[in-house]
Amino acid sequence: MVQLLDPLLIVALALNFVALGVSRIRAVINAVALQGILLGIMPLFVHPEIGLRGILLVVVTIGLKGFVIPRFLTHAMREANIQHEVKPVVNFMSSLLLGAVGTGLAVVFSYTLPLADEHTDSLLVPASLSTVWTGFLMLTTRQKAIMQVLGYLLLENGIFLFGLLLLEAMPFLVEVGVLLDLFTGVFVMGIIIYHINREFASISTEHLTELKE
Amino acid sequence: MNTMIHNTIHILLALMMPPLLLGIIAKTKALFAGRVGPPLLQPYYDLVKLVQKGSVFSSTTTWVFRAGPVVGLMTAALAVLLIPLANSSAPITFTGDLILLAYLLGLGRFFTATAALDTGSSFEGMGAAREVTFACLAEPALFLGLLVLAKLSGSLQLSTMLGSSLGPHWMTAGASLALVLLSWFIVLLVENSRIPFDDPNTHLELTMIHEVMVLDHGGPAFGMILYGAALKLFVFGAMIVRLAFPLATGYPWLDWPIFVGGMLVVAVVIGVVESTIARLRLTHVPVLLVGACLLSAFGIVLLVR
Amino acid sequence: MSEMLVLLGIVLAAISGLPGMLLNRHSTTGQWLTTALAVLGAALGLGGVGAFWTTGDSQPVVLPWSLPGGEFNVAVDGLSAIFLLPIFLISLLGNVYGLGYWKQTEHPQNGRKLRLFYGTLTAGMALLVIARNGILFLFGWEVMALSGFFLVTTEDDDKEVRETGWIYLVATHVATLCLFALLALLCAASGSFALVPLAPESLTPGTATAIFVLSLIAFGLKAGIMPLHVWLPSAHAIAPSHVSAIMSGVFIKMGIYGLVRITSLLPNPPLEWGGIVLALGVVSGVLGVAFAVGQHDLKRLLAYCSIENIGIIVMGLGLALIGRSLGRSDWIILGLSGSLLHVWNHTFFKALLFLSAGSVIHATRTREIDHLGGLAKGMPWTALCFLVGAVAICGLPPLNGFVSEFLIYLGLFGTLGDKEGPSFASAAFAAPALALIGALAVACFVKVHSAVFLGIARSEHAYHDHESSPSMIGPMGVLVVCCVLIGLAPLLIAPILGQGVSAWAPDLKDAGPRLTALAPLDWITFMGLVLIAALLFGGGVLWWRLRHSVVENSVTWGCGYAAPTPRMQYTSSSFAQMLVGLFSWALRPRTHKPKELPLFPQKTDFHSEVPDTVLDEAVLPAFHFGAWLFSWFRVLQRGSVQTYLLYIFIALIALLLWR
Repeated sequence: MVQLLDPLLIVALALNFVALGVSRIRAVINAVALQGILLGIMPLFVHPEIGLRGILLVVVTIGLKGFVIPRFLTHAMREANIQHEVKPVVNFMSSLLLGAVGTGLAVVFSYTLPLADEHTDSLLVPASLSTVWTGFLMLTTRQKAIMQVLGYLLLENGIFLFGLLLLEAMPFLVEVGVLLDLFTGVFVMGIIIYHINREFASISTEHLTELKE
Repeated sequence: MNTMIHNTIHILLALMMPPLLLGIIAKTKALFAGRVGPPLLQPYYDLVKLVQKGSVFSSTTTWVFRAGPVVGLMTAALAVLLIPLANSSAPITFTGDLILLAYLLGLGRFFTATAALDTGSSFEGMGAAREVTFACLAEPALFLGLLVLAKLSGSLQLSTMLGSSLGPHWMTAGASLALVLLSWFIVLLVENSRIPFDDPNTHLELTMIHEVMVLDHGGPAFGMILYGAALKLFVFGAMIVRLAFPLATGYPWLDWPIFVGGMLVVAVVIGVVESTIARLRLTHVPVLLVGACLLSAFGIVLLVR
Repeated sequence: MSEMLVLLGIVLAAISGLPGMLLNRHSTTGQWLTTALAVLGAALGLGGVGAFWTTGDSQPVVLPWSLPGGEFNVAVDGLSAIFLLPIFLISLLGNVYGLGYWKQTEHPQNGRKLRLFYGTLTAGMALLVIARNGILFLFGWEVMALSGFFLVTTEDDDKEVRETGWIYLVATHVATLCLFALLALLCAASGSFALVPLAPESLTPGTATAIFVLSLIAFGLKAGIMPLHVWLPSAHAIAPSHVSAIMSGVFIKMGIYGLVRITSLLPNPPLEWGGIVLALGVVSGVLGVAFAVGQHDLKRLLAYCSIENIGIIVMGLGLALIGRSLGRSDWIILGLSGSLLHVWNHTFFKALLFLSAGSVIHATRTREIDHLGGLAKGMPWTALCFLVGAVAICGLPPLNGFVSEFLIYLGLFGTLGDKEGPSFASAAFAAPALALIGALAVACFVKVHSAVFLGIARSEHAYHDHESSPSMIGPMGVLVVCCVLIGLAPLLIAPILGQGVSAWAPDLKDAGPRLTALAPLDWITFMGLVLIAALLFGGGVLWWRLRHSVVENSVTWGCGYAAPTPRMQYTSSSFAQMLVGLFSWALRPRTHKPKELPLFPQKTDFHSEVPDTVLDEAVLPAFHFGAWLFSWFRVLQRGSVQTYLLYIFIALIALLLWR
């Protein structure tokens, strides 16, 4: 069953690159949402038997990652009058190439890790490391606060993927914990965005550097 | 005898079908827009009309301007003879013919761009500059996909690489082949100047690549250019069809209609893509092309890791 | 027999310039005498090479030579013969070209010097290629290097020429230093200076690595592999065009010859060597043509393209080395024969391009592409020759560039692995890189050809177009024929390439027949003829259709502009702008933008250029730093005799104590 994960992981990897390369914030939100939906389906393939609890959790994950959080973000965009262009510090081509280099390194690095037998041929570990790297890239190379939120979401997606490896050992504990972090993080960041907007009339993080004195 | 029949059908299909693809794309776009659109056979009528017209040549141009359409058409025609259609091998096949295919299309591009610059006009210069720049990024994507197919099929002949042996490989290496398919579809869009790279409908110099390169051509020469462009679309479309539907029923009278059906599906998909996506800003085009290269690169990395 | 003919050719070439030196600088007899002698010498050399290929025998010629360690031991083998042909052929064609291009009456100050050193250059190169002794090799190398210096600085009254010659001299002497060290290590390992394959036991891995690195530096500097190419662009740009032709076509191939010869002497190369060489080839190829796309000086652009083609040659060599490490003889055959064939092909089409460029420069007196345009109407033959050279250098069928790149592609695709043996899939990524190089070359040469020959003249320089004399067109025509011949009939060359491969890897005796088995060269011939027939057919149909319809002449569509000017055409820098932008991380273009424009249009200017990144940002600052560092030693230079006597006294005491 783990082999069927590979096509989904490929699409998740491709969505990383979409998130790095497109120039409209709505497109990035959609990419991250789609990745969240894919990740929500994945436990169905990893866990051998699915109980009612499993299905419920899958539905909740898809609902949260795929619909609620993106709605929340687009609402924030409208409220805070954020312009729809991504403003990168490093240009799109370089972000794409950096993401590619990171993914390549992730594939090579995952070879050196001592994984269980059924996980060595799978794309799980490379995909998770690559998504973490993409999230990190977004956090560091994008100026707008909402892009930082999206980078944090990507980071959480990556860690979630890695947690899928431990599914049999700690059934669903990992996902619940991660989801909680996720929700708290987005909630907190949403509040901060509103407050930044209200106090400083701008959503760009470059103005935060004025605080350094 | 069998190969003779297959080759005959191959050549006839390659001669007759390409303008139909253009007609289907135009019709699909019209249906999306709520119009009736031009008839499906309109490109054929256009070709007949163009052959009968006279020509106007600019006095700035030299013999290169007249040679451009000829080279573009003939290289595309030879390229069509190298591609396998349906479940048969191409009329001409030998080890390494994939490289000849890519470089024949490169020869056509060289002379089309040179003929465009022969007019001394800044519009054609703009189109030629963009055409050669985007080709630089599309060629590696094409070759990376060819690497995947060479690794899977173990041969360097297009008829074997794109043949029926691909069917079982879709089960085992489906991820790589899906990545190559997506990447080659993007290459098809860029090499044939379709949206999101170029808008074949507008005739503004700001949006054009192919349309502006042939601005000063007219009459029979322009007919040759139109037909050559249709042939090039046929070549790339056939590669996509053979990659996506490597079905081999074993009955030729079933295989050829399946192939023709596949080509029509590809034309409709191109029309759908053109109708739903907007043209990319020029500075974003290299990003998409590099993305296509990366997709193919990951296809091959997945195979050899 | 072949060695005697070649030696005779060398001697004649070396002395060919002397009659001119002895005669008056304003007489043309000297020019004719020199050219005749040089042509005769080159013909004898070519005869020797032909004798080797037809008879296949080679007896070393050993003459007494009193230099310690040195031995006058020359022999022609498969590898030497492959490099001898370009040397003598281009020398012959270049001398004929020089009759019209560098007339003694037009250049009295430096014409004789040019012809003298042209001959010694040929002699030096041919000597080092057939040398079987390290000291003799070094002798030929130095003769070649110094002749090159004098040829590059032919017009030494120009300050730019002197500075470029200085950079060239520094680079070539660094190469010679490394060569000294290399030969010393070889002698220490094998016991003599003879250039024979070393036994595996005589080399420690450290020595072998040191030899490899030194040969990479020395021969890389000569060949122009990035990042050691810093002398090449300027040197090719300022030299007279037939000098650029022989430099680009043959001179830098001597670096390739050295690399090929030394790697043939080292047994059991580790896999990393082949990988490094392949990677260097890819970097040189991609960045070489990227730099070329950004140039607007005609000969600088062609020089950077030479760097690109050296990259392709080195890629083939890297593939052969990888094949040697892994024991894959098919990779060796495909890689090395592709590499050696590309040596020939590049000689032919690059010399053709430089000679055509010389024809343009001779007529218009400028190298600046953006001042030219529309020259095809006044110089149709030159334009045709340049077009053939451009199509060939892009590797497009049916010309010769396609065949060598085809062989290298086949080898690279083969590294993906099959049932026969080990694979090295990382090398397969060089195939898309080669495709990128080919596409960038198409962009570069569409730009050059169109900006120089097509369109409308951009400045009054371009009004001076007149076709060149037959002595200049003739050599170009010969090279066109060579390009077409190799492109359409590569099977004729396969045995020659096989002999070269057998000389490099002595255990591959049947390399020639195996090459024809591995690569379908007969299909290339067939498809080339089919392509030409199709093009003629299509052209005929169009011509017939145009004859039977109304054809009018008009002006180019100007989109409604009332008064279009020639300056509105796309220039070379505007054509290349997007590509230069994509590669700006390496090219670092400099633009001089217009100042803030006022309300009403006024005169302003815009200037953009792509300088050499390695030279301007790495080498020159490093040398300035070195100069600053060494300036601290000036304190030792007092200028008084007493201080110097003191130094001598201190040195004597130190020697006594050490003893």
